[in-house]
Amino acid sequence: MSEFSEGGDPGGAHAALLSALQRDFPAAQGQSRFGDDELQVAAPDIAQVLTYLRDEPGLRFAQLVDLCAVDYPERPSRFEVVYHLLSVAHNRRVRVKVAVPEDTPVPSVVEVFPAAGWYEREVWDLFGIAFEGHPDLRRILTDYGFQGHPLRRDFPLSGKVEVRYDDGLKRVVYEPVHLPQAFREFDFESPWEGAPPAAPEDPEHE
Amino acid sequence: MNDVQIQNLTLNFGPQHPAAHGVLRLVLEMDGEVVERADPHIGLLHRGTEKLIEHKTYVQAIPYFDRLDYVSPMAQEHAFVLAAERLLELDIPPRAQYLRVLFDEITRVLNHALQIGAQALDLGATTPFLWLFEEREKLMGFYEAASGARLHAAYYRVGGVHRDLPPGLTDEILAWADGFETILADVEELLSENRIFRQRTVDIGVVTAKDALAWGFTGPMIRGSGIPWDLRRAQPYEVYADLDFKVPVGTNGDCFDRYLLRLEEMRQSVGLIRQCVARLPAGPVLAGNPRIRPPARGDMKHSMEALIAHFKLFTEGVRVPEGEVYAAVEAPKGEFGVYLVADGGSRPYRCHIRAPGFAHLQGLDAMVRGHQLADVVACIASLDIVFGEVDR
Repeated sequence: MSEFSEGGDPGGAHAALLSALQRDFPAAQGQSRFGDDELQVAAPDIAQVLTYLRDEPGLRFAQLVDLCAVDYPERPSRFEVVYHLLSVAHNRRVRVKVAVPEDTPVPSVVEVFPAAGWYEREVWDLFGIAFEGHPDLRRILTDYGFQGHPLRRDFPLSGKVEVRYDDGLKRVVYEPVHLPQAFREFDFESPWEGAPPAAPEDPEHE
Repeated sequence: MNDVQIQNLTLNFGPQHPAAHGVLRLVLEMDGEVVERADPHIGLLHRGTEKLIEHKTYVQAIPYFDRLDYVSPMAQEHAFVLAAERLLELDIPPRAQYLRVLFDEITRVLNHALQIGAQALDLGATTPFLWLFEEREKLMGFYEAASGARLHAAYYRVGGVHRDLPPGLTDEILAWADGFETILADVEELLSENRIFRQRTVDIGVVTAKDALAWGFTGPMIRGSGIPWDLRRAQPYEVYADLDFKVPVGTNGDCFDRYLLRLEEMRQSVGLIRQCVARLPAGPVLAGNPRIRPPARGDMKHSMEALIAHFKLFTEGVRVPEGEVYAAVEAPKGEFGVYLVADGGSRPYRCHIRAPGFAHLQGLDAMVRGHQLADVVACIASLDIVFGEVDR
């Protein structure tokens, strides 16, 4: 073990936090792995849970350090929205996760942490998870007029459109991606089973 | 003239503007000369780093981290390798830990030198920029001597660093450290009591401690507001717990405090660099675990197994056990974190990058409301924004 992972919570304080949380939110679960404390809560409770974690005098997780999502296409609840909180007062971190099915909005936590504003916009942009009650849910990282949500697992790495400057039109034009050679994802993990079947060629580019 | 209609002016700032520090497009709603609302449009440098990393092995992901905040490359590699090492439960040799801290601190000086130089330049002073860039040049020389590249080093590895320092480099670093303190004193003499510099920074862009917490500020942005929070001290990684350094803290939370704070951080970094060089132990620079350490070149000439291991390591890569971690380092700009989700394969399932600049730029709107247009420039410079990490 590196010295970093031993710096995590041995479990006592996190177990106490979890049992206190379960009094108000019976759906909450938690564990500690690799030195990180983790909580899973139901999506509709998220704003109340974060308010509790922020305001409880013994916790005071006053900073929302990070908010992101992970895509698991094979799960019934496809996405996981992950909140990382930091307590400067008690030098503690906690990760809160909610599972959300596709096309289901998550309550926004902008009212609890103003810092969530851009992070939720980013998750909306890259994953297409809507946040209910967000004051300004615009795309943030992708291009103006972009279509699709690029960090979903089913979005191709090469994207769908490419841009170039057209000298005749005197402006930038968008065209479907044209790859002179089909995109190949090498799978070195199973050399004996051979490469997976190639993706069918896009008839548009033949 | 009877009906005079007064309308708010919407001003477009950037994305090609020398004071925008890259590709910031800022839509400013102005009431005369006073800013009513600032709406930063980011993403012009979005390269899909997180998506790309999902398709690369762990070693191949490291160079992407240099290209996020291209002013402080090695500090970001550090967060990623820390995350992977925690999943692999690796022991890092002491020499590698000292080398990482040494280069983290060199990186901090690189970053703050650019920040102070650029802030002074934005406010009309050219000289500090030129002086500090000369120092940056020398530091990038150290980068090159260690890693072979001046900027995009890709020097850290999961389990240690790529290779040992060339002979004589530590003496060069010590010689540089002696000269650098004179440069810092010169810069301070030019700026700290300078009437124009103080008029442009004192009481400009004030961030209260409460706001700094609410907006997720870290690094100099939170310390400038009086909260003594430094991950090197609070949650020490590598050998920071054994080293002697002070964490400077501001009182007013304005641009001037943050300037003083960064100046002092550079002095502390020079002290840390000296300590690292003095205490640098002998030994390997990469963990001996054959799962992550490439075989020696000589062995590959004689041993078939070594050749196979080398081939597997550089095609398939390292298989990282299933799990998820959040590892953060005190990068020069603030808390740089990596949330790594591994599925047991040799590629990250998901790698989210928590960049300090993203949170800081979000707070710009709250910082500049009620300020004049020229102060926006001072605030952007003081936030220490680099678009590589904001847009990812």
